[in-house]
Amino acid sequence: MTKLLDAVMDRYDRYDFDAFTARDVAEALENDTLTEEQYAALLSPAAAPFLEQMARKAKYLTARQFGNSVGLYTPLYIANYCVNHCVYCGFNCQNHINRGKLTFEEIDHELAAIAKTGLREILLLTGESRYHSDVEYIGKAVEIAKRYFTTIGIEVYPMEVEEYAHLQRCGADFVSVYQETYDREKYAQVHLSGPKRDFVYRFNAQERALMGGMRGVGVGALLGLGNFRKDAFAAGLHASYLQKKYPKAEVSFSVPRLRPYKNNAENNSNDVHEPQLLQVMLAYRLLLPFAGINISTRERAGFRDHVVGLAATKISAGVKTGVGGHEEEEKGDAQFQISDPRSVTEIEQMLFTRGMQPVYRDYIRM
Amino acid sequence: MQQDTLIIGGKEFTSRFFLGTGKFSLEKTKETIESGEVEMVTLALRRANLGGGGNILDYIPKTVTLLPNTSGARDAKEAVRIARLARELGCGDFVKIEVINDTKYLMPDNAETIKATEILAKEGFVVLPYISPDLIAARALRDAGAAAIMPLGAPIGSNKGLLTRDFVRMLIEEIDLPIVVDAGIGRPSQACEAMEMGAAAVLANTAVATAKDVVAMARAFKLAVQAGRTAYLAGLGRVLEYTGEASSPLTGFLQD
Repeated sequence: MTKLLDAVMDRYDRYDFDAFTARDVAEALENDTLTEEQYAALLSPAAAPFLEQMARKAKYLTARQFGNSVGLYTPLYIANYCVNHCVYCGFNCQNHINRGKLTFEEIDHELAAIAKTGLREILLLTGESRYHSDVEYIGKAVEIAKRYFTTIGIEVYPMEVEEYAHLQRCGADFVSVYQETYDREKYAQVHLSGPKRDFVYRFNAQERALMGGMRGVGVGALLGLGNFRKDAFAAGLHASYLQKKYPKAEVSFSVPRLRPYKNNAENNSNDVHEPQLLQVMLAYRLLLPFAGINISTRERAGFRDHVVGLAATKISAGVKTGVGGHEEEEKGDAQFQISDPRSVTEIEQMLFTRGMQPVYRDYIRM
Repeated sequence: MQQDTLIIGGKEFTSRFFLGTGKFSLEKTKETIESGEVEMVTLALRRANLGGGGNILDYIPKTVTLLPNTSGARDAKEAVRIARLARELGCGDFVKIEVINDTKYLMPDNAETIKATEILAKEGFVVLPYISPDLIAARALRDAGAAAIMPLGAPIGSNKGLLTRDFVRMLIEEIDLPIVVDAGIGRPSQACEAMEMGAAAVLANTAVATAKDVVAMARAFKLAVQAGRTAYLAGLGRVLEYTGEASSPLTGFLQD
């Protein structure tokens, strides 16, 4: 089980991203498939002037693979209890926020309300607490979701193969686990306590999910936490190696970022502004033309509208990040503030205006 | 002169241009079908959002034969279930078997496809299996009761054309079933080439769906398919395989 980890970690420090030249980037853009070194070049500062060319190529590849269809989904937070102390996160166990957990009846009401908007794909989330939201609780939530949704993703704490298999039998299809940073030292610094401190266990979560029978997995780094270029490089390889080892696995990326401080006088080379965020998304697309890329409401509407079809293949709509809040009153505080409050209908309209086709369901449950 | 029709599953088609609908804006589907004079369209059952928004079935004219595909199926068992579901939902007896368990290249699994074909043909389906062009697999499919064979011309979505031409040609020559070239056809000229070779029909999706003017591109494909078919029926003239004919014959030295 440590093989994927070794393969990715062996390469984490392999390239000096500042050493790449415009020529390296131009060469990378000429090829149909990227070597790992060419992929690194696309993530380097030298690629910044090539963003437009990268975007053109990414748009072509996205259209070739996905046509003009864009998947729609929404997240539902069913609990926000958390036992981890992650210095960057609003849910961390040291923060005195309102904690809550939905009852099964409340979950049902919430899901029914979401299904009424036309959505057929749902992402269920919890904070990371095996005590407050155990596998059985998550499994029951998935079973309820199965009544309304054809595709069910879960974004919860990493678990054992058998536990993933249980959730798969309950009806879950996709598992997302974000490594946050692939820099082990940094990882230890920002995860002060809780089971999340176990870097290796988290890294191998996707593989355990696939062994448990899940159809697909999501990977991602919280860009800006460590060196975002290295982290995006590692996340790309992580996804690529997973698919290579499990050829039928559907792999996808999410691209959360830590926003740079406003009015930051110093120009920090690790700041992830929109150009850097887009660069990462485009590099993911050029590396893996077949991978899904999700764009969440952490980003503003104008950014999201332009990245669908360019690189992103799935967009959330009608989002609430508190616990519940669709039908029932919110029972717990939100993990982060959303930047795009648009409803499902509004997102649909946006897609139509841009010549894209919203896709609600894309799966027949077996 | 007898009309040149294509018969699959006892149904007669005058159009030899099939259209895939997976990558389209739904509002353009009807117009595209009409401009391409398409009589058979594939549709992904997994996307058919019955009773919900964006249901493809609401956009396909009733006169067109539906060819529901089993996309999403990763083995024979799943393909069989999706095919049965398609029939229950009123999509008819035609089914395109598509079994894919490789998310990178989306290459079809021929072995599982043969298994599914065998089961579904026995249940009275008109089965059109989508395969990597392989003569041995095609024979097994014919024996399993396939109504036509759909070999890929190039990796799906690649728009690279008839990369597999030599292997598709074997199927055309050896298998007495309609051979429908599916996947990889990127431009009308490539569709034309497949038809000149003797393919019974061509299916396109990405090439049409990603064109600037989708409706016009469907018409272009229709014309190319017709041209290729006409050329095939007319009997292509001899094409020199080598650089040319030597002006002084190589065998001119022979006596006796």
